[in-house]
Amino acid sequence: MIAYILRRLAQSVLVMLVVALVSFSLFRFVGDPVATLMGQEATVADREALRERLGLNEPVYMQFADFAMRAVQGDFGISYRLQQPVAELILSRLPATLELAFISGIIAFVFGVGFGVYTALNRTGWLSNVIMTTSLIGVSLPTFLIGILLIWVFAVELQWLPSFGRGETVDVGSWRTGLLTPSGRASLVLPAITLGLYQMTLIMRLVRAEMLEVLRTDYIKFARARGLTNRAVNFGHALKNTLVPVITITGLQLGSIIAFAIITETVFQWPGVGALFINSVQFVDVPVMAAYLMMIALVFVVINLIVDLLYYAVDPRLRVDRAVARH
Amino acid sequence: MLKIQNTLNFARTGRTMMLAGAAFALTLAAADANTLRWARVGDALTFDPHSANEGPTSTLLHHIYETLVGRNTDGSLAAGLATEWSIHAEDPTIWVFKLREGVQFHDGADFTAEDVVFSMDRARSETSDFKGLHSSVAEVTAVDDYTVHVKLEGASPLYVQNLTNTFMVDKGWAEANGVVAPQDFKAGEENFAVRNTNGTGPYTVVSRDPEVRTVLAHFAGHWGDVPQVTEIIYTPIKEAATRVAALLSGEVDFVQDVPVQDIVRLEQTAGIKVTAGPENRTIFFGYDVSSEKLISANVDDNPFSKPQVREALALTLDRDAIQQVVMRGQSQPSGVAMPPFVNGWTEAMHVYSAPDYDKAKALLTEAGYPDGFSVDFHCPNDRYLNDEAICQAFVGMVGRIGVKANLVSQSRTIHFPAIQNNEVDFYLLGWGVPTFDSAYIFDFLIHSKEDKRGGWNGSRYSNPEVDAMIKSIATETDLVARNATVAKIWEKVQEDRVLLAVHNQLLAYAVKDGINLAAHPENQPKMTTVTFD
Repeated sequence: MIAYILRRLAQSVLVMLVVALVSFSLFRFVGDPVATLMGQEATVADREALRERLGLNEPVYMQFADFAMRAVQGDFGISYRLQQPVAELILSRLPATLELAFISGIIAFVFGVGFGVYTALNRTGWLSNVIMTTSLIGVSLPTFLIGILLIWVFAVELQWLPSFGRGETVDVGSWRTGLLTPSGRASLVLPAITLGLYQMTLIMRLVRAEMLEVLRTDYIKFARARGLTNRAVNFGHALKNTLVPVITITGLQLGSIIAFAIITETVFQWPGVGALFINSVQFVDVPVMAAYLMMIALVFVVINLIVDLLYYAVDPRLRVDRAVARH
Repeated sequence: MLKIQNTLNFARTGRTMMLAGAAFALTLAAADANTLRWARVGDALTFDPHSANEGPTSTLLHHIYETLVGRNTDGSLAAGLATEWSIHAEDPTIWVFKLREGVQFHDGADFTAEDVVFSMDRARSETSDFKGLHSSVAEVTAVDDYTVHVKLEGASPLYVQNLTNTFMVDKGWAEANGVVAPQDFKAGEENFAVRNTNGTGPYTVVSRDPEVRTVLAHFAGHWGDVPQVTEIIYTPIKEAATRVAALLSGEVDFVQDVPVQDIVRLEQTAGIKVTAGPENRTIFFGYDVSSEKLISANVDDNPFSKPQVREALALTLDRDAIQQVVMRGQSQPSGVAMPPFVNGWTEAMHVYSAPDYDKAKALLTEAGYPDGFSVDFHCPNDRYLNDEAICQAFVGMVGRIGVKANLVSQSRTIHFPAIQNNEVDFYLLGWGVPTFDSAYIFDFLIHSKEDKRGGWNGSRYSNPEVDAMIKSIATETDLVARNATVAKIWEKVQEDRVLLAVHNQLLAYAVKDGINLAAHPENQPKMTTVTFD
């Protein structure tokens, strides 16, 4: 077990290094940071001097080595755009993204499982049809459009919820939270739904398919034959057995929620790391872009590691061929 | 953690405290009558007054710091921290500034001539982003407490126009906090001045969360009249649709960057008012007029070097169509690449002709391209109002005479360096004129490329005669003679069709009914000028 973890950790370090190297070689194609860093009056000599000061004239591998050396020590440099230390900038934005991701993850899981079970048990009911049709919209409409639509209905027309920002926040230590104030919670609703809608649909369809399959198995028929209540059969036996793959998928999706909150954050002017990243790309703020990509790589590496370890701990069958074991 | 507390005396009256508290109440609630909630696309990048010569940064800093001279909404100069300015009677290379007396910094220090000397030196230092505007300055000296002499390398009759965005800082404060020079990225440390301020401006910083919310409150010790707006809540909202939604839902009072496509609808919305005005920025097409051969063309010579081809392109450009279709009326078509605010502008140059495709086609045939030619056409897609759409429209127009323009639409971070490095044949560029004088256009766009001039001359136009005239207007102190030379240069530039002007941009501000704010030609609105009905 320990050898397994160590091996996975070594692999993770390698993945991180590769991500850093790939992102560094891509930055050259994003544009020239000096173009946005200096006013239009700057002369050729001024630009050259700044390029030299920023170390942009060094070969890419030298820049990368320099970045990696400092990154290991936790120093990601100064943002070109906001002129603040990058590590501090990202850490100050991270709570906003994590809260949003966490809440939308919960919404996706709770409603996804609920609707999934309902539609599996009532395959022909009109409500099931409504849910299934609506869920199609969830998968097919782009996040951007859903966000704008929600803003239009709930902020502009009904004026129930704020259209942008995080509302009032409270600092708990270094964690800036919006969960403790009414305006902070109100601000969270629309972005969380926008971000979670796609994941909810995914979980719902997964739960429904798994449930339908499990409900056909012999032990469910046997449970019914024993005269157990519908409730005990559906929730005590069927649902429990569908949840293993659902939890796995949810865990993995949490990583993508954090990583792909970019669009939702932009639409709602949510002050998280995704919005920070988008602004940085437009400004060719290389230190922030590099640090952000490293952070996302770390998130995925850690989540995958945890999921792998959970496989080990939770389900011994998964060590053998999973498909065979389940059918 | 990121909250900035200003160095200002906190122990001010309960009124300010109450306002500060109100700032944190949810924006959905009705705002205080004296509070202005202001949204625009981006935030100030830094509070360091000399570190970023960038529009939104200067806009916000104008409320905290002040300049020697300011700019009125009609483009004329306004007295700021200097009450009088003139060229020295005996030495035309010296500008004399009389400073306003009784001005205080937010920390209580007095504003004197030594602060001006220090600020000017700071703005000219190596890591300053404003040094280009002051490159001709030789020395700045304090004659007495309220008189400053700015000695230039040669006579410079319009130098004072360069000062409208150069902010004054307190020498003692800067030295005490180790911010004698602006941010140096190489040092790898954050400069104290990035998040802390001490200006003479009408507002002080109450709190700041970069890219989230900045709250400013009126500075009681300011020398000017008390403005109607005593509190500003500034929130950047990047996404255009969200920005407009925030205004419609009543969460903000003033949206500075109104998307062109929403202007008409906002005008028709009850409770919303749109103020439009010309911006001091011109949009034009440039092409390489001097190289032997183009980089991307399918012909072996350079079509743009032939006057007939340049005239043909001008005849294909349907400026009215671009104004109506692409800009939805929000532009001012122009025959010259110069906004009307600029010294040297004339009605005659502004007039443009209607497109004439038959004549254009004939000219192209005459130039030796009966079948046209193809060339890459470079365009930014994140810099000017509808920049990419303007290019797309023009691709169709030149296509009608057989010129195949292959549109290459890129971010400004790729587009601008390519123009500066002569890597593009044919491109769109916009040009703002912060000095409000033609010399600024000539220096950067028309003069041959050399040390300090011609940095954006992507046309590669080089005319020794014109260069000599451009150099002469830099030091000519007789304004009548100078204006005559400016007119002569323009005549030559227009005759040679160096730049193909499209239009001047218009600015639009959207505000709630009951708020009055005029559009500012440099897009630097001052909240001190806001009035409530």
